[in-house]
Amino acid sequence: MFDSYLENTLLYYPEKCINCMRCTQVCPHGVFAEGKEHAELMQPAACMECGACVRNCPVQAIEVQSGVGCAGAMIRAALRGKDMDSGECGCGGETGSCCK
Amino acid sequence: MDNDKTTGSPCSCASKSNTIAFINRTQSPVCELRTITSNITLNDRLDHFLARWGVSRMGHIVKPGLYKLGNPTADSPVFVSANYTMSFDAVRCALAGTDCYILVLDTKGINVWCAAGKGTFGTDELVQRIAWSGLSGIINHRTLILPQLGAPGISAHEVQRRSGFRVEYGPVRASDLPKYLKTRKATPEMRLVQFSLKDRFVLTPVEFVHVALPTLVAAIILYFLAGPFASLAAITAVLAGTVLFPVLLPFIPTHDLSTKGLILGVIAAIPFSISFAIYSVMPLRVNVLASLVPLLIMPAVTAYLALNFTGCTTFTSRTGVKKEIYRYVPVIALMAGSGILILVLLGVIRLMEVI
Repeated sequence: MFDSYLENTLLYYPEKCINCMRCTQVCPHGVFAEGKEHAELMQPAACMECGACVRNCPVQAIEVQSGVGCAGAMIRAALRGKDMDSGECGCGGETGSCCK
Repeated sequence: MDNDKTTGSPCSCASKSNTIAFINRTQSPVCELRTITSNITLNDRLDHFLARWGVSRMGHIVKPGLYKLGNPTADSPVFVSANYTMSFDAVRCALAGTDCYILVLDTKGINVWCAAGKGTFGTDELVQRIAWSGLSGIINHRTLILPQLGAPGISAHEVQRRSGFRVEYGPVRASDLPKYLKTRKATPEMRLVQFSLKDRFVLTPVEFVHVALPTLVAAIILYFLAGPFASLAAITAVLAGTVLFPVLLPFIPTHDLSTKGLILGVIAAIPFSISFAIYSVMPLRVNVLASLVPLLIMPAVTAYLALNFTGCTTFTSRTGVKKEIYRYVPVIALMAGSGILILVLLGVIRLMEVI
């Protein structure tokens, strides 16, 4: 059976890492773990592309195309003829549905 | 909530943070220090209940600004939260007995994680809120404890550079705060987000409420066109997608949410399919067609609702969700379309028999 979640856009450049450990603190899925000289990429497939690590990495050693993984928002954007990635998650509006 | 203003605090908002342009912002009062307790009152609980049912979704708001809990001194810790009542209440409740400050950001009444994703729980807002609250003049240290889930919106090093405040990421769950405060270190377990049965169950009312109106309309139409049983099938499909699906999420086989929804939808449709085949007054060939209808439409509805649940889970990536959309929306549309087509066909056959 298909598993749509095996691949994601996470890229890690360990040679840039200064071992500040921020990524290990902010990742909610334990994708990064403490290493000797640099943070270790432990389970890249668990990445949900929230972008917390990228934003908190002071040396740009991590890249990810972050965004809200909300099908409702993406489908609404697609139906309006917009780019699916431009879909604002609707939780800011009265009719929104994604975040509770 | 009992946030009576006790001090009109003479805070000097302009101190130090001269890098921030807040000259044109005329929010009044700019910086008052409010007092809060850790008590969750009956009123708060009612507010949480209504929020869970999607009543006045954007109305569960706390005033942004600085709050003091207990009797904090200039050395007490400062926690940062969102101005959604449930976020703020989780923090103040977890911090019972801790003298501290809570800096509430203006996230438009949205929880920390979603607001961080949208950027309202963000670096700019935090830096400005630090300035407006006059925090630098109130405390001696320069450390803020942020919820870990605020990290997608906050750049810790940028906050430090722009405000002089060091960001410390606390645990994911506010309830772990007391344990965290003992060592000021989060265990790996505290850093992981979960999606427990309870976490999933509390989402079900709002999931259902969001689709309640279209469901009711469909149920009424089906009642008159095809009888009470068809009406019940519509309600069952929606309940399966909005209530059963979140609850059973990890127990349904397959990885993708859409396929999980399809499986659940087929299971829900089987009793209807059988009963349509058995208890119909139509000839056999028509009965076979009738029994196909729930097997096509109900899983399509459940799978679509399941796909929409991706926005509520704590683990789906955008890349994966996009793949799911491309893979399954055509299948779902095809199933629903052919199901409706057969339904129309059955209606025509019946009409012709009457004539």
